[in-house]
Amino acid sequence: MTGIIQQIVFVIVLIGGITIFSLKMKKIIRNIKLGKDLDLSGNTGQRIKKMLLIAFGQKKMFKNLIPAFFHLLIYIGFIIINIEILEIILDGILGKHRIFFSDLGMNATLYSFIINTFEFLALGVIIACVAFLIRRHFLGIKRFQHSDLKRWPKLDADIILYVEIVLMGCFLFWNASDQSLQKIYASGGGTPENAAIYVETGTFYLSSLLMPLLSGMGEGSLILLERTMWWGHIVGILIFLNYIPYSKHFHIMMAFPNTYFSRLQPQGEIYNMPEITREIEMMMNPDAAQSGEEAPPPSKFGAKDVTDLNWKNLLDAYSCTECGRCTAACPANQTGKLLSPRKIMMDTRDRLEEIGNNIDKKGADFEDGKSLVSDEYITEEELRACTTCNACVEECPININPLDIIYELRRNLIMEESKAPGEWNSMFTNIENNAAPWQFSQQDRLKWKDDLNDENK
Amino acid sequence: MSEDKMTVPTMAELLAKGEKPEILFWVGCAGSFDQRAQKITIAFVKILNKLKIPFAVLGTEESCTGDPARRAGNEFLFQMTAKTNIEVLNAYEVQKIVTTCPHCFNTLKNEYPALGGNYDVVHHSTFLQMLINEGKLKVEGGQAFKGKRITFHDSCYLGRANNIYEAPREVLETLDAELTEMKSCKTKGLCCGAGGAQMFKEEEKGEIRVNQKRVNQALETKADIIAAACPFCMTMMTDGVKEKDKQESVKVYDLAELIADAQNL
Ligand code: SF4
Ligand code: SF4
Repeated sequence: MTGIIQQIVFVIVLIGGITIFSLKMKKIIRNIKLGKDLDLSGNTGQRIKKMLLIAFGQKKMFKNLIPAFFHLLIYIGFIIINIEILEIILDGILGKHRIFFSDLGMNATLYSFIINTFEFLALGVIIACVAFLIRRHFLGIKRFQHSDLKRWPKLDADIILYVEIVLMGCFLFWNASDQSLQKIYASGGGTPENAAIYVETGTFYLSSLLMPLLSGMGEGSLILLERTMWWGHIVGILIFLNYIPYSKHFHIMMAFPNTYFSRLQPQGEIYNMPEITREIEMMMNPDAAQSGEEAPPPSKFGAKDVTDLNWKNLLDAYSCTECGRCTAACPANQTGKLLSPRKIMMDTRDRLEEIGNNIDKKGADFEDGKSLVSDEYITEEELRACTTCNACVEECPININPLDIIYELRRNLIMEESKAPGEWNSMFTNIENNAAPWQFSQQDRLKWKDDLNDENK
Repeated sequence: MSEDKMTVPTMAELLAKGEKPEILFWVGCAGSFDQRAQKITIAFVKILNKLKIPFAVLGTEESCTGDPARRAGNEFLFQMTAKTNIEVLNAYEVQKIVTTCPHCFNTLKNEYPALGGNYDVVHHSTFLQMLINEGKLKVEGGQAFKGKRITFHDSCYLGRANNIYEAPREVLETLDAELTEMKSCKTKGLCCGAGGAQMFKEEEKGEIRVNQKRVNQALETKADIIAAACPFCMTMMTDGVKEKDKQESVKVYDLAELIADAQNL
């Protein structure tokens, strides 16, 4: 490809990639807004601190050092190496080669220092990805072999690790072929017009180790390789960008808003339902109800489908990285019950995507007659098994709250569907009639005192 | 102590005398009715009496906080119950509440404010720790526990729900015993299986009951005593130990019982 055609193709690919991504993001934001309102404004300072600590600083990952270290390596490596994208994009649009060095006057020592840093990080990322693949497949870690991860989620987790290895590989081979070319021109060989492009940059240590692999290649094939790797890197990144919104890897973006909006109250506190407070106040004080401004009764108590959840619950669902730390800590799951907090999050996301797709294809008013609480998604049995112990909430590295969703779904089961195990119904009746969950009379609440004084007579 | 009669005044009695106690002891449903948990209530009262701390209970005016109803999903019943309690508490102008139940503690402290009930609520583990730190509570009879191993079972509603991990451990440290931790403890503590209204129904089907799993962890520590700080954990752990047929060698006690015991109360 000649220069100008490459430039045009590059711009088209770049704009295309970013546009497709933006359209998908728009849909996701629309989907999240299908959730009910929840006012999480204010407390900016506290929230920013939380976000910096937990998303940026990955504080909760460090409960377990080795995976935390590898995870950090991939994260830092990936982000820092992608500073290189800036140069790639400028090169691509302007038809330059290593513009920071060639046109923007960065000196060779600094430039090679930067690229060398990137290369070491790239190697780190490759090692970490390999370690994660081994851990996922060969260490017998339960949460990775769990029944939550069937077909797509299982494949997805692997794909992303392979893609990262390939991207880092492109970067290293790009530098290797570039240096091989530099050597040819430096020794006076090759086509002179190309010599002006592949100017000596100083050694990139890691990729220079790959040069022997390329020793048999002539100028033409080296240029082809160099271009392929360069294109591979940028196209790969654009594919990656468009892949993540469909993947558990969406967390690399969503972790930030999600931790920012995460709960500031103690974990033990359940959100109050003001609509019920209003109803009770009306019952207790009917006069006030007549005079006061009347809020419309809510369409539903609790949540039966994802659109009954609040937007933060839905943001949680899109952020979930399916790591299963929550499920591994869940007492119900550990003892063989059906409940898995990870599945709660995955089902919420899948159902929301389904509704989103329906809106796109069949219009906003289309109803498919399905719901989140159903045999297809979350069953009653799963919801019943939760002990509300908060282990899932505590474990989640990005402050996702599966318990909040469980509460909302339980509320609907009880208050709308009147579906409760018989024993719970008795407990409710007892609280209502005797002010205790058991069948004891309120008048006997001090009987223990008699025992005490009998003992001390 | 047998010569002094224990006193357990009610708020109503004190009001009639024109008095107001320093603290309200919120007994809770388990503490009032469950035979095992009543012993915790009694132990705590003995400590209060011994230290001459002015307190009162609501007695027949106390109701369930509504915690199990709320967690099962019955928000309506929860708020009805909570409203009733708040009216009573506010009528007595209650400021400080101490309770031996982490579920009552969590609900009163975190969930009543949204409904108009604002109190300074303390769990008895924190309360005992404060008394110890202030030098008011001295555990001199701690000898009784010499050479014993104690493992503390974290209650979810104290620990993860409210970040209270150290207070109960500090209380246990005053006993002259050896403290040992289970495989899962503190933030990673494993639930006893009772929370979220599970206490009031059969578990869903699975491979093992939650309390059995937890008791297995406790038994692995080779502790002589499992210390609890929640009447529901108490039931679950006691049942689990019985199912393992270890009730002779391993005892489950509440913090208050251990402290009262150490003082020969
Ligand atoms: S709160 Fe419920 S879902 Fe979460 S870990 Fe505990 S039992 Fe499992
Ligand atoms: S909710 Fe959190 S802990 Fe659970 S799988 Fe998702 S990211 Fe992991």
